[in-house]
Amino acid sequence: MTFQFILNIVGLLVFVNFVKLYFLKQINLINSATYFLVNWGDFLGYLKRSMLQIIPSLLILTLIIFALVYVAGDPVSQMLPENATAEDRAILSESLGLDQPFHIQYFQYVGDLIRGDFGMSYQYQEPALELVTERLTATIALSLMAMLVAIFISIPLGILAAIKRNTIIDFLVSGVSVVGKAMPNFWIGIMLILFFAVTLPIFPVSGADTPLHFILPSITLGVALAAEMTRLVRASVLEVIEQEYVQTARSKGQKESIVIGKHVFLNSLIPIVTIIGLQFPQLIGGAIVVETVFAWPGIGRLLLTAIETSDMAVVQAIVFVIAIITILANMLTDIIYRVLDPKIKYN
Amino acid sequence: MNNNLSHLSKIKKVRSRLMELSTPLGIIGFITVSIIVLMAIFAPWIVPHDPFVIDATKRLTPPAWIDGGSSTYILGTDHVGRDILSRLIYGSRVSLLVGILSVLIAGAIGLFLGLISGYFGGTLVDQAIMRIVDAMLAIPTLLLVLVAIVVFDPGLVTLILVIGLTSWAQYTRLVRGEVLSVKEREFVQSAKTLGASNTHIIRKHIIPNVLSSFIVVATIGIATAIMTESSLSFLGLGVQPPDITWGSMLNDGRNYIATSWWIATFPGLAITITVLAITFLGDWLRDILDPKLKKGGDEDDS
Repeated sequence: MTFQFILNIVGLLVFVNFVKLYFLKQINLINSATYFLVNWGDFLGYLKRSMLQIIPSLLILTLIIFALVYVAGDPVSQMLPENATAEDRAILSESLGLDQPFHIQYFQYVGDLIRGDFGMSYQYQEPALELVTERLTATIALSLMAMLVAIFISIPLGILAAIKRNTIIDFLVSGVSVVGKAMPNFWIGIMLILFFAVTLPIFPVSGADTPLHFILPSITLGVALAAEMTRLVRASVLEVIEQEYVQTARSKGQKESIVIGKHVFLNSLIPIVTIIGLQFPQLIGGAIVVETVFAWPGIGRLLLTAIETSDMAVVQAIVFVIAIITILANMLTDIIYRVLDPKIKYN
Repeated sequence: MNNNLSHLSKIKKVRSRLMELSTPLGIIGFITVSIIVLMAIFAPWIVPHDPFVIDATKRLTPPAWIDGGSSTYILGTDHVGRDILSRLIYGSRVSLLVGILSVLIAGAIGLFLGLISGYFGGTLVDQAIMRIVDAMLAIPTLLLVLVAIVVFDPGLVTLILVIGLTSWAQYTRLVRGEVLSVKEREFVQSAKTLGASNTHIIRKHIIPNVLSSFIVVATIGIATAIMTESSLSFLGLGVQPPDITWGSMLNDGRNYIATSWWIATFPGLAITITVLAITFLGDWLRDILDPKLKKGGDEDDS
């Protein structure tokens, strides 16, 4: 099952980065790739260093979570019936290793995690990690759709605002993006339900059965990211527009649409790729709330039920899965960024 | 006389700078935040109705401008007949309290660790702190908060502590970066050469130079904390009834969205307006306190 889980994540990351690559392949990809291969040794060194930096971060994360669980007190009273005797409690604590001192329990815990054992869920009587991986696909699908929504909104709007800088259009776009960031996503969700599922019954209110079910939740989740990205696209395009080669292309009498489409847009994509990669974990965080609004069958709802029933094993498994996705996404973003922009050195 | 003149021109400069800096958005933000703060402080005296009183006969009254609405309940009533406007006014108390106090906690921790980490940059202490920061930033704050909520019973105090204790990492990173650059500046180096102690240098030279960007980020942090609080209250894991929060009002209204849209709509608007106003205020503070960061600013930071 651990294997399945790793496959899920790797597949997802490859997909995300493949999409990015597809958009970016026209920017000197061959040159960059050559440079990348020539500097393969440097790259491996970089990879090793970043791997080494991940390990302490993960260990600290385990320590934080373990400390929280330790403070939370003993799960024995939850696992036994009300009328259990003190003797029963002692036996169960001993069998769970709960009578051991803090550090011994911690090492045992880390050992279990390395073996992919996150413990059993009290609620479902199933391995926690399995429960999480089963529902991960729905959450990731929703997050990817939200990302697409954000891309489709932000790239045209950002370019438009940059080209029409300091006009009413620019101010409108900036205004909308500031407001978009200030609205809580659960409220956006409820308002979308009000307008497009209740008043105008176009979309279903909740569930995840048909492609139509994707639309409202992914818009809800994507709005904040779209707002953030619009600002970034605008800034990024503005920067590129000032560059010499754009001026040259213009003075050669190339059509404005080609100048913008070919020179400006493609070259302004690099910082955008980075923000997409870095925002992915935040999207999954937001998904927890949005899933509640739309009764989406992902890890968000699993997490909430687990919290309500104090099902610590499930809670921990979810936190670790998201942390690992975050770390891998950051690393891959970093790598892709380096491939695309050979100016960055590996140190 | 020369001295006098330069003094005068300085005053003129400051005044023109203030004029230049009073952007319309900044002023709107400042005024709106002031109104919300006053509303929160004087809530018990300005609410039109008791926000806790349940009156089943008045339940689901629509806002005043809609058929069936009554002018006594301007924004309507909720599913148990409580006045929405009064509850919105009371809700601002929890939002501001959680926002400000949790940022104070997170900011204090972040400032302290960031100072140490930056001042002793490159040492083992710095490395250790930055690894903890990386670990904290590796998962969304909302998730960290949710885990902590399982352990401690939900409520106002828990919420403030938990948001405060889980969101300090960004401040540490910011302060550390600032300290690293300030540390290399001449006046710090010369203070060091003159034999000033570490605590003296940190207190007299580093903190004052780090503070302005810290304040800007902390202001916007209040908006983020308010968002987190309302998300948690919406999920039923934040502040518990009978305490009133915008997040839990929204949650109440969710089930009545098909028939009574106003219950969920107004608290969301309140959150959006508050977050917007604080963001505007933060941007304004950035223009005033941190001329370096000003868009296209040509001011010399001296």
